[in-house]
Amino acid sequence: MKVSITINGTTQSHDVEPRTLLVHYIREHAHLTGTNIGCDTSSCGACTVHLDGEAVKSCTILAAQADGGTVTTIEGLTKNGEMHPMQKAFMENHGLQCGYCTPGMVMAAIGLLNENPKPSEEEVRLGLEGNLCRCTGYHNIVKSVLAAANK
Amino acid sequence: MSITEERTNNVIGQRMLRREDPALLTGEAKFVNDLAIPGALHLAVLRSPYAHARIKSIDVSDAASMPGVVAVYTGKDLQSTWAAPMPCAWPVTPDMKNPAHYPLAVDKACYVGDGVAAVLATSESASRDAIDAIDVVYEPLPAVIDLEDALSDRVVIHDAIGTNTSYTWNLKVEAAEGAVDQAFKNAAFTVSERYVQQRLIPMAMEPRAVAAVPQPFGGDVTLYSATQVPHILKVMTAITLGIPEHQMRVVAPSVGGGFGSKLDVYAEELLCVALARKHGAPVRWVEERSENTQATIHGRGQIQNIELAADKDGRLTAVRVRLIGDMGAYLQLVTPGVPLLGAFLYAGVYDLPQAYDFSCTSVFTTMTPTDAYRGAGRPEATYAIEVAMDALARAMGIDPYELRKRNYIKKEQFYDASGNPTGYTAFHGLNYDSGDHLAAAEKAMQHADYVALRKAQATQNVPGARKRLGVGMTSYFEMCGLAPSRVLASLNYGAGGWESATVRVLPTSKVQVVTGTSPHGQGHETSWAMIAAEKLGVAPEDVDVLHSDTAIAPLGLDTYGSRSLAVGGVAIAGACDKVIDKARLIAAHQLECAAEDLQFEKGTFSVKGSPDKAVPIAAIAFAAFTAHNLPDGVEPNLEAQYTHDPKNFSWPFGTHVCVVEVDTETGKVDVLKYVAVDDCGNQINPLIVEGQVHGGVVQGMAQALYEEAVYDGDGNLKTSNLAEYLVPAACDVPPITTDFTVTPSTTNQLGVKGIGEAGTIGAASAVMNAVIDALSGLGITTLDMPASPNNVWKAIQAAQGGTK
Repeated sequence: MKVSITINGTTQSHDVEPRTLLVHYIREHAHLTGTNIGCDTSSCGACTVHLDGEAVKSCTILAAQADGGTVTTIEGLTKNGEMHPMQKAFMENHGLQCGYCTPGMVMAAIGLLNENPKPSEEEVRLGLEGNLCRCTGYHNIVKSVLAAANK
Repeated sequence: MSITEERTNNVIGQRMLRREDPALLTGEAKFVNDLAIPGALHLAVLRSPYAHARIKSIDVSDAASMPGVVAVYTGKDLQSTWAAPMPCAWPVTPDMKNPAHYPLAVDKACYVGDGVAAVLATSESASRDAIDAIDVVYEPLPAVIDLEDALSDRVVIHDAIGTNTSYTWNLKVEAAEGAVDQAFKNAAFTVSERYVQQRLIPMAMEPRAVAAVPQPFGGDVTLYSATQVPHILKVMTAITLGIPEHQMRVVAPSVGGGFGSKLDVYAEELLCVALARKHGAPVRWVEERSENTQATIHGRGQIQNIELAADKDGRLTAVRVRLIGDMGAYLQLVTPGVPLLGAFLYAGVYDLPQAYDFSCTSVFTTMTPTDAYRGAGRPEATYAIEVAMDALARAMGIDPYELRKRNYIKKEQFYDASGNPTGYTAFHGLNYDSGDHLAAAEKAMQHADYVALRKAQATQNVPGARKRLGVGMTSYFEMCGLAPSRVLASLNYGAGGWESATVRVLPTSKVQVVTGTSPHGQGHETSWAMIAAEKLGVAPEDVDVLHSDTAIAPLGLDTYGSRSLAVGGVAIAGACDKVIDKARLIAAHQLECAAEDLQFEKGTFSVKGSPDKAVPIAAIAFAAFTAHNLPDGVEPNLEAQYTHDPKNFSWPFGTHVCVVEVDTETGKVDVLKYVAVDDCGNQINPLIVEGQVHGGVVQGMAQALYEEAVYDGDGNLKTSNLAEYLVPAACDVPPITTDFTVTPSTTNQLGVKGIGEAGTIGAASAVMNAVIDALSGLGITTLDMPASPNNVWKAIQAAQGGTK
């Protein structure tokens, strides 16, 4: 089936199998490999992107469901060669180590601040519940998100 | 910034932001599964659904005819492909039993997840669809999941070796024969405890992924793998497949965490290389998470019996340990060595006389093979001694901190009578390089406000209180920086423990550092550039760090065991010294003075006493490149290679304090506060050090509170994905208070020790001591990990039932 999605400002159309997940569409058809896959139960959040402005796990959605939609991936955050404030906050606060969960974590964190621009530490921890990180113990991720919120 | 500019060299110790981050933050970084490899075939592996079963027959005909399928292989089909079985590099005893282990099982599957057939197809989905169409007839056999049951040989898993026991390894140290028995006889206090180190699943966020790219007419093969050990993998792939080693190249691109789980040589790596050569086409494989939980190694898996003897003041007089180690179905790369990495540490940071009796018997079970997982042997040892110390304190009726203070190896014991640093030679003969355990403990207690906590606890934990407060501490140390090659030889390890570095000053004065370490989240590019910048007097941004590709960095022993800085970083410093030595000869030639009259400071050689006569290393590099005017006998170019074989392990240490509140009605444990005071000697980049501690602590806390690989009686893994295996999320863990003491190592020039595993080594026992402390007033003195609501609630019910 044919699916058209606007990804990072460019509209793309591809013939895909109906069972294709949005994450596979992004990685294999749009060739944007910044969005990672960390599980097969929608538990880890590594594949989080924005669909029509909302943070979603792109493994929970069929590409067909996103037909006609607008997707932003981690590659779409930089503007004029500048990182997004959330990306900068992660860098400045050592909010990443291996970096595999990071694209999803950053997208989820931006989604969190879109809904709650001045979260408490506890709200950040609860808001990122769906995104797992194995390296940082979350300490500096939480710090990064709070720093971005306070900018 | 040019290296000729005046600048101070105090790069080491700065909280420098990581150069790795922009690529990882923008999606530019390439993990193995991100690599575009045109024409690649996709491998999928059919895995046994039985823990233990004979393979009666395999019918691949339906699978072979499915769309996109190129070939289907069984274990039998590939038997002649392997020049050797899969490697175990650590035959810990001469009589260790090691069953032959091949990438695909041939006659028998020995755990759920054991590969029995492989499909090559033109797409990943076609390969996965096809494995479902393979028809295997199994004859199920009984599973063996209990270690004591395994030991009984009721069911023998590997027919060819005739027993489930792989080896028994002993470390008995006595001042005189019978000293241990005597100490227990004479002891004023003894404790005898049994702990279970549950199986853990490492769960690096990036599952494994492999791509093998052959050059059908050149004979070379490049193996891309999500591995911690490209160098070891290269050697082992060559041996296992009979490929000339110089035709193998291994690349580890961005790697998404390891924690030991990527310190291995795996079936899928060997299958991809073998099939890529057979088909003359690239072959790739990516692991699904539910495969990862079964086909990638597990960690821990020990039953520990520990006994302590103490005199009337609580000073330890003897330690006796009996372990059973769970090897899983086969021995992977260093599986049998994991208990040995803890074997020397069961007396902890305490001044024990020569009365130590350790023995470990390791057994095969029908579960996923175990191997090194963050800390590997050392968290287990620390847990046993530190939880047993609390038990001893309870038996004596004294404060656990007071008991530790009476036993710590004292700071002055690391020095001789004249105050020279000698290290502390322990009862087993190993020398602990440096330490000040009391200082770290005092600092941790100040952060925790220990005295106030005990007061609050007395107020809160009244009879009938629903929420009970608990305080737990751990004073840990560890042997890391693996490792002095001669010590490894004495432990029968199959390789050395050195690390290599090459430092090259390019004609334009930029610097290349080539390292044999292989980072997967540790920020080596940033820290290694800082070391070279400090040594050479250049700006860190002028230093590039090359790694993780055996064609670029041919020598190395990779990253594990908190070795990268203490061995690999020190190698870089050593290579810089050699570069400076060579540059000094050229500078002396240019300045027409004797080499020993030159001083090297801030990147410039100058004549002592005549600071005007000076030449920067940048000019020397260019002179070395043009080679127009070099002193006789000096080769062109400014480059040096250095291999560092450490004189000793490094022995980081510290004290962690955990404060919990336990809800006695639900069994839920809330961590209110966690304080980690660690000492890893000098720090290159404190930002990175703190990050390592945060992550390490949470992994240890996860063992204490959340994680367990659960098998049912038939050997099925019930926690086979991230919905069932509870990796903590941000809301499940507290912020971590970190602080440090700095007691430099005396056995390497940077004064550094490892820090990658320290947090994990300290945390599980600190958390469990806090939980038990909270519940001890209810009569609970022992509790198995994880202290999940269910386990805690059951323990409370049992204790209350017992007192009725």
